Amino acid sequence: MLNKEIKEIISASKDRGWVLEPDAKRLFSIAGLDIPHFTRVNTAEDAIRFAKKIGYPVVCKVVSPLVIHKSERDGVAVGIMSDEEVTETFERFSGTDGFAGMLVEETLSGIELIVGAKIDYQFGPIIILGIGGVGVEIYRDIAMRMAPLAETDVELMVKCLRAHELLEGYRGSKPVNLKELGRLLARFSGLVMDLGEMIESIDLNPVICSSTKCVVADARIILKE
Amino acid sequence: MELEAVFKPKTMAVIGVSLTHGGHPANVVYNKNNLRHEAEVFAVNHRGGVLQGKTVYKRVSDIPEEIDLAVIATRAEIVPDIFQDCIEARVNGAVVISGGFAETGRGELQESLVSLAKKAGFPFIGPNCLGVYSPPYIDTLFIPSERIVRPDKGGVAFVSQSGGLLADQMVKFAGEGVGLSSAVSIGNKAMIRELDLLKYFAQDKETDVVAFYVEGFGRDEGRDFIAAAAHCPKPVIVLKSGKTIGGKRAVSSHTASMAGDYEVFSAVLAQYGVVEARNEFELLSFCEALSCYHGPIQGRIGIITGSGGHGALAVDACFSQGLSVPLLSERDQDEIRRSVSPRVQAIASFANPIDLTGSAVDEDFMAAAQFLSKKKEVDCVVILLLPYLPGITSDLGARLSQVYRREGKPLIAYVPHVERYRMFIEGFELNRIPVAHSIEGAVDMAEAMRRQQPC
Repeated sequence: MLNKEIKEIISASKDRGWVLEPDAKRLFSIAGLDIPHFTRVNTAEDAIRFAKKIGYPVVCKVVSPLVIHKSERDGVAVGIMSDEEVTETFERFSGTDGFAGMLVEETLSGIELIVGAKIDYQFGPIIILGIGGVGVEIYRDIAMRMAPLAETDVELMVKCLRAHELLEGYRGSKPVNLKELGRLLARFSGLVMDLGEMIESIDLNPVICSSTKCVVADARIILKE
Repeated sequence: MELEAVFKPKTMAVIGVSLTHGGHPANVVYNKNNLRHEAEVFAVNHRGGVLQGKTVYKRVSDIPEEIDLAVIATRAEIVPDIFQDCIEARVNGAVVISGGFAETGRGELQESLVSLAKKAGFPFIGPNCLGVYSPPYIDTLFIPSERIVRPDKGGVAFVSQSGGLLADQMVKFAGEGVGLSSAVSIGNKAMIRELDLLKYFAQDKETDVVAFYVEGFGRDEGRDFIAAAAHCPKPVIVLKSGKTIGGKRAVSSHTASMAGDYEVFSAVLAQYGVVEARNEFELLSFCEALSCYHGPIQGRIGIITGSGGHGALAVDACFSQGLSVPLLSERDQDEIRRSVSPRVQAIASFANPIDLTGSAVDEDFMAAAQFLSKKKEVDCVVILLLPYLPGITSDLGARLSQVYRREGKPLIAYVPHVERYRMFIEGFELNRIPVAHSIEGAVDMAEAMRRQQPC
């Protein structure tokens, strides 16, 4: 069952048709998924204060109800190392249409995956797992399954990926934590089953996975019209 | 839904026969069933009269016997009245050949049939369909007898959303020696849909494999179909048309863009071990293979050949299907080498493919088949049998089949399909070993079993 706050987030976003990133992250955090340390700021000073607290480098992202794909609008800056860069970035983002603040969050390391959901006309809720990041639609390397998923489904899904070796520890890198990824998939699929007809599709992209954890670094929820 | 009377009726009324126009679809159906099938047929036309010396009844309720199945080929407008009459006469079900319903925008007329039928528990197939071919009981396909090609009675039930494709596949099943238990054209599938037929054929004793041609499912219908197919004790094969790729429409998420209708369809089938046939060639090969073998395999193929070229092409075909061809260990290779005839020992290769060369005799094929059938590294054996090798006899098909009988490991044969080699083919087929007419076809048959493995 959905809790009250999740329902509130969804209904507050209904008119826009999609859920703003900070709200989406809050929603997934309530559902038991890991999200990065982040805050939403309205001034460069607040941004610097938070960046100092969590430590450089940080990631900054624009918040705007008019910008659904942030990277396409130059609204994501990674590897920010100093107070000056934070200020610079904040000023640049301020010029974005519909500017409604900036997210400052910790820099994570690991493999970028996509975890997504879609309510399919013929088959109902579907979960995908694949190679994520900006190039997701170029690689199109995904595995799909009908929800709900069990934690053990993750192994079969990973095996279906062309790039499965990347996750299994390629050329000396540590393998991603499949147990954590399985837990994330199962929780996510449970949430998707509960959201059901309220949503059209969801992208968790990227989900950054390392040998210790899997963190939802960005999220987009498209609501049903 | 009780469908036994639809597929195996003892009595059948054909409604809409013409007294003046012998080529009317209802007359075609009446004649072919009267002359060639077991069910007793009765002609119905609202004017009454006599056709070929037999009474034409004005209404189904006038027929003095209890009727199991009504085949309706009248104008669309009067079908609801006929339904009413059939329901009153306690007919057990109907096939509605008549067109002129939802497919021409008359959804309301179609809905009126559905609500009548649902209320009365009166199952019907169609409308706008070719109907049911269910030997030896009935054949409602209104294709003239002299032009239809009928496959032998066998274990495949084929359900098609397209009547044309159904008739065409029957020709191909017949050509390939694949037997049918039933073929059903479901037309507008107003009441009886894929799921109902899956449930019926799952328990039908005459059916071993259930195959579908699907254009699309209704809302969430795929979910129910998959759940039933996953629990079906028989292999389920689906050929889907309309494989439009995702990403053509403007969608706002990556997931919606990549998980298009077909991609989801295909992935969900694989998830539950429901076998997707990607084209009509696969459909045919898969039906043939899964009529013989019901269990899934991992897809580790052992290949036995009398020609290096055939072996190499078979390996290529395996790789392109995602099947593996495991290399045999030195020890295993030595063991097979010792078991074949001396002149083959020196020239053959045993790594997998096992190429016995053109000098091989029956016993060499037998020894190699026996060996691979016992190896756990291999879960299916493909034999590329070249009937023109001088050292082999036409009995080899039957002899190799004995290896399968003994060991139980799936065996698939390739034999060129010409009349001269009939005896090789029969030797396999009489023992329920599938025989392909191409190398790729043989590999496809192995792939059919692998696709039953949920992934």
